[in-house]
Amino acid sequence: MIIGLAHYLSLAAILFTIGIAGIIINHKNIIIILMSIELILLSVNINLVAFSTQSGDLTGQVFALLILTVAAAEAAIGLAILVAYYRNRGSIAVEDLNALKG
Amino acid sequence: MYAEAFFFWIFAIALVGSALAVILARNPVHSVLFLILAFVCAAGLFLLMGAEFLGMMLIVVYVGAVAVLFLFVVMLLDVDFTQMKQGFVQYALIGGSIAAVVGVEIWYVMSGWTRSPTPAAAASPAAPVTNTAALGRVIYTQYAYFFEAAGLILLTAMIGAIVLTLRHKVGVKRQDINAQVARTPATGVELRKVASRAGI
Repeated sequence: MIIGLAHYLSLAAILFTIGIAGIIINHKNIIIILMSIELILLSVNINLVAFSTQSGDLTGQVFALLILTVAAAEAAIGLAILVAYYRNRGSIAVEDLNALKG
Repeated sequence: MYAEAFFFWIFAIALVGSALAVILARNPVHSVLFLILAFVCAAGLFLLMGAEFLGMMLIVVYVGAVAVLFLFVVMLLDVDFTQMKQGFVQYALIGGSIAAVVGVEIWYVMSGWTRSPTPAAAASPAAPVTNTAALGRVIYTQYAYFFEAAGLILLTAMIGAIVLTLRHKVGVKRQDINAQVARTPATGVELRKVASRAGI
């Protein structure tokens, strides 16, 4: 059985849907939401690398590298905001995050 | 060829299983640990695809930095995570149905998709070099500006995280380097005439 592009694309699609479901199932826990976003970005990376190696073009891997950078920056900033918010409010429940509500 | 298929299925099944465990685990610490497992499996898949540099980068950046950051924050915050699980079954149904819709959409796109017969302009070098060397050749030449933009994003993230979380406690003595450097003998040494049999 030859593992081709379709296998990797299907795997990335399954991972993407798991990430989407994770955001909705854990809609009260913002840490798990951040982890689900990481899973979604990982599935996009799998897509890009699969296309890159299948077509012999390194551009996809460069793009995956940039996505990796953005994902790391997003996790760092998100968790820093979370820590600052917990210090000020003593809670990180999503339904309490309504300070910007008009 | 059989080895490749064997390892693909091992890594793929472990990846999907650990991703499911990330979103379904009761304890967020377990979620983080399963996230690490998912990233290790994805790194294995990248190695299978021939993208060695990205596979190693995934392990270094995610397992070494991002996952530890998540673990640190989960353990740092004293939050009752069990009450966040209320209404789980109801939202599992909603989440499952929305995920099914998204999955069907992706499957629909994939089933009606064909590859262009003319290949895109290949950026990979003609000579057989390793993946890391080939990536280095294009990163520092063709994509130099993107590479610097990535560096700027990381710099912004670093400064932002420090600014958001740094706080000075009042009442704690801190080293003031400017004051130390600005000292001169005139300000640092004081000569006093001490009378005999008397303290200062």
